[in-house]
Amino acid sequence: MKFDTPAGTNPIDRMKVVGKPIDRIDGPLKTSGTAPYAYEHHREAPDAAYGYVVGATIAKGRVRSIDLDAARQSPGVIAIVTAAEAGKLGQGNFNTAKLLGGPDVDHYHQALAVVVAETFEQARAAAGLVRIDYARGDGRFDLDKELKTAPLHGGNSDEGSESGPEHRTGKFEAAFDAAPVKLDATYTTPDQSHAMMEPFASIAAWKGDELQLWTSNQMIAWGHSDLAKTLNIPKDKIRFMSPYVGGGFGGKLFLRADAVLAALGAKGAGRPVKLAMQRPLIANNTTHRPATRQRIRIGCEADGTITAIAHESGSGDLPGGEPETAVNQTELLYAGANRLTAMRLAVLDLPEGNAMRAPGEAPGMMALEIAIDEMAEKLGMDPVAFRIKNDTQVDPMKPERRFSERNLIRCLEDGAKRFGWSKRNATPGQMRDGRWLVGMGVAAAFRNHLALTSGARVRLGQDGRVTVETDMTDIGTGSYTIIAQTAAEMMGVPVDRVVVKLGDSSFPRSAGSGGQFGAGSATSGVYAACVTLREAVAQKLGFNATDAVFDDGKVRAGNRSVALADAAREGELVAEDKIEWGDLGKKFQQSTFGAHFVEVGVDAFTGVTRVRRMLAVCAAGRILNPKSARSQVIGAMTMGVGGALMEELAVDKRFGLFINHDLAGYEVPVHADIPHQEVVFLDEADATVSPMKAKGIGELGLCGVGAAVANAIYNATGVRVRDYPITLEKHLDQLPAYA
Amino acid sequence: MTRRGVLTAGAAGAVAGGVPVSTSAERREMATMPVRFEVNGKRRELALDPRTTLLDALREHLHLTGTKKGCDHGQCGACTVLVNGVRINSCLSLVVQHQDDKVTTIEGLGTPEKLHPMQAAFVRHDGYQCGYCTPGQICSAVAVLDEIKRGVPSHVQADVTKTARPTNVELRERMSGNICRCGAYSNIAEAMAEVAGAKA
Amino acid sequence: MRSFTYERAADPVTAARAVAQRQGAKFIAGGTNLLDLMKIEIETPTHLVDVQDLGFDRIEATEDGGLRIGALVTNTDLAADKRVRRDYAVLTRAIVAGASGQLRNKATTAGNLLQRTRCPYFYDPSMPCNKRRPGSGCGAIGGYSRQLAVIGGSDKCIATNPSDMAVAMRLLDAKVETIDPQGATRTIPIADFHRLPGDTPHIETALEPGELITAVTLPKPIGGRHVYEKVRDRASYAFAIVSVAAVIAKDGSGRIAAGGLAHKPWRVEAADTALPQGAKAAATALLAGAQPTPDNAFKLPLVERTIAAALDTARSA
Repeated sequence: MKFDTPAGTNPIDRMKVVGKPIDRIDGPLKTSGTAPYAYEHHREAPDAAYGYVVGATIAKGRVRSIDLDAARQSPGVIAIVTAAEAGKLGQGNFNTAKLLGGPDVDHYHQALAVVVAETFEQARAAAGLVRIDYARGDGRFDLDKELKTAPLHGGNSDEGSESGPEHRTGKFEAAFDAAPVKLDATYTTPDQSHAMMEPFASIAAWKGDELQLWTSNQMIAWGHSDLAKTLNIPKDKIRFMSPYVGGGFGGKLFLRADAVLAALGAKGAGRPVKLAMQRPLIANNTTHRPATRQRIRIGCEADGTITAIAHESGSGDLPGGEPETAVNQTELLYAGANRLTAMRLAVLDLPEGNAMRAPGEAPGMMALEIAIDEMAEKLGMDPVAFRIKNDTQVDPMKPERRFSERNLIRCLEDGAKRFGWSKRNATPGQMRDGRWLVGMGVAAAFRNHLALTSGARVRLGQDGRVTVETDMTDIGTGSYTIIAQTAAEMMGVPVDRVVVKLGDSSFPRSAGSGGQFGAGSATSGVYAACVTLREAVAQKLGFNATDAVFDDGKVRAGNRSVALADAAREGELVAEDKIEWGDLGKKFQQSTFGAHFVEVGVDAFTGVTRVRRMLAVCAAGRILNPKSARSQVIGAMTMGVGGALMEELAVDKRFGLFINHDLAGYEVPVHADIPHQEVVFLDEADATVSPMKAKGIGELGLCGVGAAVANAIYNATGVRVRDYPITLEKHLDQLPAYA
Repeated sequence: MTRRGVLTAGAAGAVAGGVPVSTSAERREMATMPVRFEVNGKRRELALDPRTTLLDALREHLHLTGTKKGCDHGQCGACTVLVNGVRINSCLSLVVQHQDDKVTTIEGLGTPEKLHPMQAAFVRHDGYQCGYCTPGQICSAVAVLDEIKRGVPSHVQADVTKTARPTNVELRERMSGNICRCGAYSNIAEAMAEVAGAKA
Repeated sequence: MRSFTYERAADPVTAARAVAQRQGAKFIAGGTNLLDLMKIEIETPTHLVDVQDLGFDRIEATEDGGLRIGALVTNTDLAADKRVRRDYAVLTRAIVAGASGQLRNKATTAGNLLQRTRCPYFYDPSMPCNKRRPGSGCGAIGGYSRQLAVIGGSDKCIATNPSDMAVAMRLLDAKVETIDPQGATRTIPIADFHRLPGDTPHIETALEPGELITAVTLPKPIGGRHVYEKVRDRASYAFAIVSVAAVIAKDGSGRIAAGGLAHKPWRVEAADTALPQGAKAAATALLAGAQPTPDNAFKLPLVERTIAAALDTARSA
C-alpha cells in the first residue's frame, strides 16, 4: 500500500480498540519473568557453551601479539576466536569501528577475542588468562582541542535527524549585528551512555552453513543484513530473532560485537554459544551519545520577535563517523528571517559515537531551550509567551512548506495552566521551601515525524483468531499491544483474539524500533496487511470489500452478517502487505510537539538539585494506546532528568576511555529521583502521516526535558549553568550564603 | 561435569585438592560442590563450580530465567530475589552460601495465568516497559511492603525511631536499588501504593 | 573470577587459621563487595572461608552501657535495631543512606568496614593503581578524580573509603574486636582501624593476616541530636561525594566526622572543638592540610556547607 494522499475515514477511526488504554498484552509474561530475552533461549539451544569477551585495554594502537596458551589450557575451554582465527570479516553498513578488532585497535574495550568454554565461570576465568602485548599509539581524545581545527560536516542520525554542514537563510550576521537584543552563549553536553538494563546478548547456533541467532536488537533488518555482511555469508542463511528486547534507546539499533562473537565462537566451538557482554565493557565497547559544544546566537526586536538565530555544534567521532546533529531542531522550531546552522566534526579515538534516544535533538534541545529561556529573560518576557510569539506554522527555511499539525502553542498554554505557571516568580532565587530553593522551568518539546517502509503478514485462522507476523520489535515501547489493537480494530475482533509475533527475520520486514518511527510505521504496515486480508475475507464470504463492515467478530453488509471465522473454514487465510510512503512528508513538515514543565528544589546548603514536579503536554497525532504512550513519555522524562542532573561518561584524556564504565560510576536516575509525573496528550489526528494518523512519542518525551530542568534550576538559584550535567559544583560557589 | 561431589562443605581442612583440574585431554574436568536448597517451594540439589553465583545457578542451571542479569555487580537490582523472605542481589552471592536456604524468585510469586497481586498491579499501572528489570522490581516491591510492615527504617524517615508509612517518598527511596532505565518509576510507585492500600 | 576452594567454618579460631595458613585465602560473609571484585579479578582469593555460621549475629548490651554488635549483623538489622535507632541514630541514618535495601540485607557489619574504594581506576584492572597493583602508579592523580580524596592522600593514592557506616562508627568512637589464628583477641579503636594510603595504599586496615573481626562495640550513648548528611548527585543508591555525621548537643557543642574526603572516615579533634563557632570554623579545622585536585576542590566549600546543613538539621530536629 502506498500512502501518498492524506488519509480519509477508515476503520481505525472507529477507535473501538485503537486509542484505548488497554493493559499490555505481553504484561503477564513480563511481570512473571516468562518472556524470553536474548540469553534465555535454553529450550531452543539446550547445549550452548558460554562465550566471554576480551576487550582491548588500550584506546589506540596495535596488537603486537596475543598469547592464548594459558587460556587454552584453562579448564573447560572449547575455543578462542581472535581476528586471526576469524579470518577476513566484512563490516556492517551501520558500524563505524570493527566489531572484532585486531591487530589494529580503534578504541578502548574494542573486542579482540571471544573465549568459549563449557560454563560461564570457565569462560570468564579463561578470558582473564588471555595475554595481549600492545604497541600503544597516539590517540585524539580531547574534543575541545580537536574541534579547534575540525571541518564543517553535515550528517544524519539514522533516525531522522539530519543537517548539512552549514545551512543559511537570509543574512544571519547582519541581522544579528543589527538586533537590539542579543544573546550569544555556549553550551556543553557530555558523552552519555544508553545504559539499557539488558546487556548486549546473543545466542548463536549453526546448522551446517545456516545460522540461527537470538539477540537483543531494535532493527531486525539492519542487524540481519549487517551480520550477513560481517560474516560474508548470504542473508538467507541467517535467521535473526529478537522477540523481547530489554531496552535499547538506540544502542541496539545496530549489529554489535555480542552477535558477531557469538556466531564466530559457535563456529569455532562447533556448538551453540551464548554470550552477554559484561557490564563494565559496555560503555566503551558499544556506542554512546557524543558530547557536544554548542554556540547559540539569537537576535531579537525589543518586542520579542526573533530576527536572527544561529546554532552551531561541534562533536567528535571515530574516523568515518558522523556528527551529533544537534542543530537540526533549530532549523524548524522558531520563526526568524535570518538563520544559520552549522556542524563541525572532530576525529576522536574514543569509542564510537552513535544514535541514542533522540539523537541530535536531545542535546540540541538541551542547549536551544536554555538559550530561549535566557533570551526571554533579556527581553523581560515570560518564556512561555516568548515561545508563543515566535511560533511558526511553516518551515522557516521554506515558507511554502506548512507543518501538517503544529500545536506547540496549545501545549504551552495548556501546560502552563495545569502546572500553575502563573505562580512562578520571574525573578530568580525568590522562592524557598525550608532549605530548598524552589524554581520552575519550561521548555518546548519538538521532534520530527519519520516513517519507514513497514510490512506485515496477517493470518485468519480457522478458529477465528488473527495472527500478525512482522519483524517489528518491542523494546518496551508497546509494539505488541498497539499492533494487536490495530489488527483487532481492522478485523473487528477483540484484542484477545489477536496473536502478535515479532522480532524474527523470517517475518516481513518492518520499520523496526527507532527514531520514534516504530509505532506509526509498523501499525500502518499491519493496517495495510489487514486491508488485504479484509479483501480476501470479503471475497471468500461473497461481500463487496468496500461495503463490508468488520465488527464484533462478524462481517456485515446490508442485512447480511457472517461470522469472520467462517471465511477461514476451509483453511487459513493469509495476507501480506507493506506500507510505503509517498511525498507527503516532503510537502508537509510533519512533526510532534510538546511542552515540559518542571519544578525543582536546589538544596541551599549543598547545591544538590531534586526534581519536585514534572508535567508534559504532548501533541503527537493519534495516541494509539494512552497507557503505553504515557509510559514512553514518563520514561523519556526520566532519562531527561538523568541528562540534566547526573549522566556523564567521564573521559580520561590520557588513556582515551570513559573511565566510569559501569552502573555505579555512570549514574542514571533511581526511583528516589523521580516524582509523580503528569502527562497530557492533546486530541490530535494527523491525516497526512499515515492511515493510523499517529506519530511517535518516545523521543518527543525526552526533547526539552533537560532544558526545562536547567531553566527551573536557574529560576531557583539565579545562577545560569550551561554545562550539563548540572551537578552541584557548577553553581555551588555562586549560591547564596547558607546561613 | 565430573568429580561431582568430591568436595564437601564443612569444617576446615575437609577441603583438599579443590583447585579445578586442568588437563590437556579433550575432556576437561571441573571441581564441583554440592548445594541443597529450596527454590519456589521445590527442593533442589545441584553440584556446581563453587564460583557459581546464586543468579547463575537459577538462570543457567535451574532455567529460572525470570531473575535477570543486568550488571552482575550489584549496581542495578535486576537480579533481586527473596532468600528466606529477605530480598538480596542474587548476583553477589555464591550459590554454595545458600545451603538449606529458601529462595523465592519471580516465578515463585505468580504465573501468567495466576499473577501475584503485585504482578497484576504492575500490569494495571504499566509499571514496566522493556520488562527486563521488572522481575527484580516486583520482588523488591513485595519485599519493601514487608520491610515497612516489619519496621525497617529508611533514609527518608524524619524520625528513625518511628515506623514508616508506605508513602510515595518512602516507596521510592526503598525501591532505589532497582534501576529501570525505561523510567517506569512513577507507575511502579502507583502500582505499589495500590497493593499497599489494599493490604492496609 | 579465578577458581577457589570453599569451606564453611564452624568456629572463629579454625576460620582464622584456615585463612592464615593458606596463601591467598580470604574470609567471606555477605560477599557483596568481595564477589563484585572477584568477578573482575581485582580480588583473586584461592580459598574462601565462609564465616556465616560463626554466630556473630547478635547485638547485645555491654557492661559499660554500650552495645556489642556481632560482626555478622547485617546492615539492615543493625540499622533497624531499636536501641541503635534510639541511642545511636546517627548510625542508623548513615547505614540507611548507603547502598540499597538488597545490599544492606546481605552486607555485614564487619564487611562494611572492610569494603574497598570505589575509585574508578581501582575498578578498571588495566589502569594503573598502586592499591590494586603496588608500583603501577596512580591513574586517578591527573585523571578523573571528582569523587576522590582531598585530604590524607599521598602521591601514591587518592582513593576514598566509600562506607557511610564507618563514618558514623568513627564519630561514635566504636571499637573493633578481633580474634587471631592463635585465639588471641584484641580491640582496635576505629580511629586506628583504617589507614591512610602513604606508600602502601594496598594495606588498608590494621588487621593482621588471618585476623577475624568478631564484633564492633559502641561506648555508652552520648545523647544529642544525631544527624547524617549525605551529598550525592542522585537521590539514593550512590556513594557520597561528601557526607557529614554529627552529634550535636543543645548548647551547640558536639562532634563531627566526614566521609568522601579521605582514605578513611575523617575526624579531627580540633573540628569538634571549633564546632560551637559554626560550620566555617569546624570545616577549617577539619580540612587543615587538604590537597584537593582541580576536579574535587569543590569538596572543600561543600564540606563547610554540609556541616552547616547538619547543624541546621540538628537545630530544627
